[in-house]
Amino acid sequence: MYEIVKKELLAPNIVRMEIRAPRTAKSCLPGQFVIVKADEQGERIPLTICDYSREAKTVTIVFQTVGTSTKLLAEYEEGEAFFDFVGPLGCSSDLLSEPQEDLKAKKLLFIAGGVGTAPVYPQVKWLHEHGILADCIIGARNQELIILEQEMKEVAGEVFVCTDDGSLGLKGNVNDCLKYLISEKGKQYDHIIAIGPLIMMKFVCLLTKELGIKTTVSMNPIMVDGTGMCGACRLTVGGETKFACVDGPEFDGHLVDFEEAMRRQQLYRTEEGRAVLREKEGSTHHGGCGYCEET
Amino acid sequence: MADKSHRVPVKEQEALVRAKNFEEVCLGYDAAEAMEEASRCLKCKNPQCQKGCPVGIDIPGFLREAEEGNFEGAYEVISKYSALPAVCGRVCPQESQCEAKCIRGIKGEPVSIGKLERFVADWARENGIRPKAATEKKGKKVAVIGSGPAGLTCAGDLAKMGYDVTIFEALHKAGGVLVYGIPEFRLPKDTVVKEEIENVKALGVTIETNVVVGKSVTIDELLTEEGFSAVFIGSGAGLPKFMGIPGENANGVFSANEFLTRNNLMKAFDNAYDTPIFHGKRVAVVGGGNVAMDAARTALRLGAETYIVYRRSEEELPARAEEIQHAKEEGIRFKLLTNPKEIISDENGWVKAMVCVEMELGEPDASGRRRPIEKAGSEFELPADAVIMSLGTSPNPLISSTTDGLECNKHKCILANEENGQTSRRGVFAGGDAVTGAATVILAMGAGKAAARGIDEYLSQGE
Repeated sequence: MYEIVKKELLAPNIVRMEIRAPRTAKSCLPGQFVIVKADEQGERIPLTICDYSREAKTVTIVFQTVGTSTKLLAEYEEGEAFFDFVGPLGCSSDLLSEPQEDLKAKKLLFIAGGVGTAPVYPQVKWLHEHGILADCIIGARNQELIILEQEMKEVAGEVFVCTDDGSLGLKGNVNDCLKYLISEKGKQYDHIIAIGPLIMMKFVCLLTKELGIKTTVSMNPIMVDGTGMCGACRLTVGGETKFACVDGPEFDGHLVDFEEAMRRQQLYRTEEGRAVLREKEGSTHHGGCGYCEET
Repeated sequence: MADKSHRVPVKEQEALVRAKNFEEVCLGYDAAEAMEEASRCLKCKNPQCQKGCPVGIDIPGFLREAEEGNFEGAYEVISKYSALPAVCGRVCPQESQCEAKCIRGIKGEPVSIGKLERFVADWARENGIRPKAATEKKGKKVAVIGSGPAGLTCAGDLAKMGYDVTIFEALHKAGGVLVYGIPEFRLPKDTVVKEEIENVKALGVTIETNVVVGKSVTIDELLTEEGFSAVFIGSGAGLPKFMGIPGENANGVFSANEFLTRNNLMKAFDNAYDTPIFHGKRVAVVGGGNVAMDAARTALRLGAETYIVYRRSEEELPARAEEIQHAKEEGIRFKLLTNPKEIISDENGWVKAMVCVEMELGEPDASGRRRPIEKAGSEFELPADAVIMSLGTSPNPLISSTTDGLECNKHKCILANEENGQTSRRGVFAGGDAVTGAATVILAMGAGKAAARGIDEYLSQGE
């Protein structure tokens, strides 16, 4: 059992939890993920690591309550425990293995979309601990959904916030913000790491390809085991099939086939996919995975 | 005197009934039937059956006890050799092992050794008999990676010798392929698998789930920081293969591993569990092994019209004869000498058909089986809304890539001595599918057993 040491609401439907998981806390690195299963009957839910403490033996996860399974996770309170918590899974961020001299010579920008801010945070924090300051764009639909802004400011170079409705920071999406930084603020970047909804990552990559800036994305497709066993998470990257769980989760964004990834994500997710499932599956589709209810 | 050339028949669920449920297909013998079947053993002076068993069970020994109705005694005999008799009695390919060597089989049907092993193990479980923990401890810790057949066997044997054994399992439930791979209708999870794992625990083995060795902890850390004197790697062959044909990433194409894991480990067939499964109305399973049969029979039970698509002929089907027969009885259709070329999807990206080509058999290839060759111009479309790829699996490189000095072959199989499991790395042993690539439960158990002996020798020599 894995105790919830701390629980906090970051936004109306975004929860942060610190989980006691000694093995994972000891070995995890930025960019990796964990799989959480609330109870005996629960689904295995992959979540990217948001923070960790080797001393307190805890790992921090942040998730949006979008379906039955994540709602179930959110119902757990401090002092209670999850049945299963496994990790770290996947590879750590490529930045960690780059020679630090090279990293220091580069201008790095993180683009965080919504709850995707959570997996960006440990990378920016790691860089900060190694004397490297990266800039960060945090984007969301509105002010309420902007998370971890304060935490990010403590570890990043400059933090730029943008919201679709203009309720906080620049009005517009992350691409508008990136264009603004480059054209109005004279910013230049050598490497961008974009983490957020698929559609956001896709459009960021289209823009950065045009701009000629190397871009890394973090993929979080449907998974079961997270160790390379099932192949549910397969993606096409540069014409080759890759498993996000063991080959990723980070990939060269300019090589990822986002159309396919979005289509595969819809397997249990969209209204259309849901209808197909209802028709094709009848009573065995019970919506537990949460993908159906996600907007 | 009854005719002893024939086996005592074993009861099975009716094909058309079982095709709609996940209950066990074979119902097993009762005590009287078991005693009668055991009495067919000729008690050969030089028992060939034992030589056919990868773990060398004293088969005439346990049959002698069973014939007398001393099932507890029979269980004690089997337990000396095997930690998982209720599992092996169900999933071992006895027809090509012990039963293939049975002298009774020359003129009639061999003794039903597998079904008797199963009966004895079930009887012991139902009567609360558990193996006993070793009384003398060696005071040394051994780590076992993976709780499948190889790991459980190695751990059980080492615990019996008095070692302090911890099994590390990557998934949330112990059992490996017994839990995620083999379906409920062939191997009941709660009654059979869970209980046999409890038996291994009763020997003093600790099982720690949710530990991915290579990620959560490395073998070096186990040896240097956590006080383990030796490590056994029984991590299996978990990586699925795909064909590499166009359209394979369409929605509705799954690996057999994913399909079976959703259904067996995550219990997607049971509405009380949250994990969804997509099974379609018309399912094509590509492949001809036991896993393909398992996937096809699972899809059938979930309500689909199901096809097995296999590129060679019936004779070359690698699945056990019993599984093929069961699949046929249940209504699985076999498209033999047929090979997929491409998967076609509809406008929304969902599978709608598979383009296949007919095959014919040519000269034998390296495997000794006749090589399938495409018949020119024989392409046709097989409509399907789900495709399950069951083309075999290979070992996961997670462990080999994070352990210095551990040599592997080009298929990522760990190189290990067959006699004692020793790898290229001192103190590190391996066995089962991680070494051989995908094989059977009992071969993995045999390797686990050999490695337990190898580890004992290594640790007895003062490392």
